[in-house]
Amino acid sequence: MSQDTLFDKVWDLHKVSKLPGGSDQIFIGLHLIHEVTSPQAFGALKDKKLKVKFPDRTVATVDHIVPTDNQSRPFKDNLAEQMIETLEKNCLEHKIRFFNIGSGNQGIVHVVAPELGLTQPGMTIACGDSHTSTHGAFGSIAFGIGTSQVRDVLATQTIAMNKLKVRQIWCDNKLSKGVYAKDLVLHIINELGVKAGVGFAYEFGGPAIEELSMEERMTICNMSIEGGARCGYINPDEKTFSYIKNKLCAPKNKHWDKALKWWKSLKSDENSIYDDVIKLDASKVEPTVTWGITPGQSVGINQQIPLLEELSPNDKLVAEEAFEYMSFEPGQSIKDIPVEVCFIGSCTNGRISDLRIAAKVLKDKKVSKNVKAFVVPGSEKVANEAKREGLDQIFKDSGFQWREPGCSMCLAMNSDKLIGNQVSASSSNRNFKGRQGSPSGRTLLMSPAMVAAAAINGKVSDVREFIK
Amino acid sequence: MKSKFIPPIGKITQIKGQCISLIGNDIDTDRIIPARFLKCVNFDSLGESVFKDDRETLKGKHPFDLEENKNATILIVNSNFGCGSSREHAPQALMRWGIKAIIGESFADIFYSNCIAIGIPCLTLPKKSILEIQKNKDNKFLFLEIDLKNSLAKSKNLSLKLEIKESSRKMFLLGEWDATATLLENESLIENKCKYLPYLEFNNYFS
Repeated sequence: MSQDTLFDKVWDLHKVSKLPGGSDQIFIGLHLIHEVTSPQAFGALKDKKLKVKFPDRTVATVDHIVPTDNQSRPFKDNLAEQMIETLEKNCLEHKIRFFNIGSGNQGIVHVVAPELGLTQPGMTIACGDSHTSTHGAFGSIAFGIGTSQVRDVLATQTIAMNKLKVRQIWCDNKLSKGVYAKDLVLHIINELGVKAGVGFAYEFGGPAIEELSMEERMTICNMSIEGGARCGYINPDEKTFSYIKNKLCAPKNKHWDKALKWWKSLKSDENSIYDDVIKLDASKVEPTVTWGITPGQSVGINQQIPLLEELSPNDKLVAEEAFEYMSFEPGQSIKDIPVEVCFIGSCTNGRISDLRIAAKVLKDKKVSKNVKAFVVPGSEKVANEAKREGLDQIFKDSGFQWREPGCSMCLAMNSDKLIGNQVSASSSNRNFKGRQGSPSGRTLLMSPAMVAAAAINGKVSDVREFIK
Repeated sequence: MKSKFIPPIGKITQIKGQCISLIGNDIDTDRIIPARFLKCVNFDSLGESVFKDDRETLKGKHPFDLEENKNATILIVNSNFGCGSSREHAPQALMRWGIKAIIGESFADIFYSNCIAIGIPCLTLPKKSILEIQKNKDNKFLFLEIDLKNSLAKSKNLSLKLEIKESSRKMFLLGEWDATATLLENESLIENKCKYLPYLEFNNYFS
């Protein structure tokens, strides 16, 4: 059993009681809600005649269902309009702070909370969304929950949960040029598999992780869940603190000093005990692209899609399914596979640094005429900053469509969808069957820079050829 | 859809029923319930959309469409079932279709806790036993009786030792899987906890 890791410390600090069944009752420091997984929870509160216990500790935004072409109200999609109206009504009724469209602070919940300074080290953070693990980049313990647990957090600010084991993933050396956090996390998931993280929190550490910016760290923690780990985190450091400083909801003045002192005390001890430790060499990671139907099915850009006989019996079953669905051949090169749609956005890679990198690749270049390309900023703040820097113009000049903030084609709950068996190069997080809105649509996950390169060439390409 | 849906309530000690087998590892919650069906403010009509895209692809040959499975209540799956999105809509859709318990090689964490929270026991068996059940072509006739007290599944010719997290098993036996009331009992402890969390004091949410 792990001891003296950041996870142990934060968990113990938030433990309210041991429940009769044996699981722990854990206090949730920050609760984030959105329109998709909260309405039934508010409904259940009503049925049980309960109130929101700490309305100040829940913050709402709208992201999953929002259209990205025209956000004027009412939305064209009646169901989407009904969902945003329900959230507005619930927030108003329960006095929950809601960052709505046009507030300047709306966006994907996992982009918004960090940029507002809501996400802070040492907190527990829960949200009815599996990518809540993103917030672990700040040294918080953050995890996705279902709607019944959203109800529990609203009613009690606590949930019943079993303590997770802790696996340290130590990344030596540093990423080479043209290789990004997305490549590293895809590589990690490929190495460990998509179910290795079940029952674990992942602690990412080592020189390669320390080197990463806060936004890159969020990309890593975001995809912990794709490796099966409900929670992923990184010990906070000076980068963490300076990112938070002066944000809207960051502690101010004497509170800042107090906060800083406490945050600096929060990290895994040098001699802490982990349930498992994995080491890997980040300098060996190549730009990485998925070829299958799970985020673990990926290869480096210069590699071939594996042959069935190279895979373990367990991986073989899903690989066979993937070959059938994707219509790719075992042994085929991933490079040069034609793509029809290019999507830059999502809670994994829809932040300003992602847009900067992609824009740098796209500057003075044109998107292939066979490709539909669009970029969806992660939040209104990201969109405004991108406009200030002129990135929107670079995207538009290259042939990318510039859209309004939201989750968009990461999960295709709005009208941004693949059609038929289109192949998309996507900076999002899931390549599941049907994930991007068409039951036969095919998704290749990669970094935003790699999506930009694919858009220019109309096929999977090595972005390093574009970067001098 | 079948008879009117009645949600489980209180203690869950025993589940009897016919098995339905779904073969495949890493079956994610997007497949269990595609995102377009998440555009709803309640879970009521999700049952008919369970595995919608997979079912349409298989044109009536999906296990959830076979006539012989229409009264099944125990789902048999392989490993990492329910991975991906945290959407509780996935177990809600399974439950509204008629599933009352799931036996598999392994389950994804969030899916597992969602199932517990709505009263669907998820139990595990070694890969070998699952494959044996799934290989059995006559499994349309496999009726199991799950006994949570003793963690056993029995049929005419079978007796299988099931694994389940002890905390989950106890929650079912005590009828405390719907956790809200139990959590609320500790209201004073919750309020006390607030006094000891450093950041509640210095946080500046509404500045």
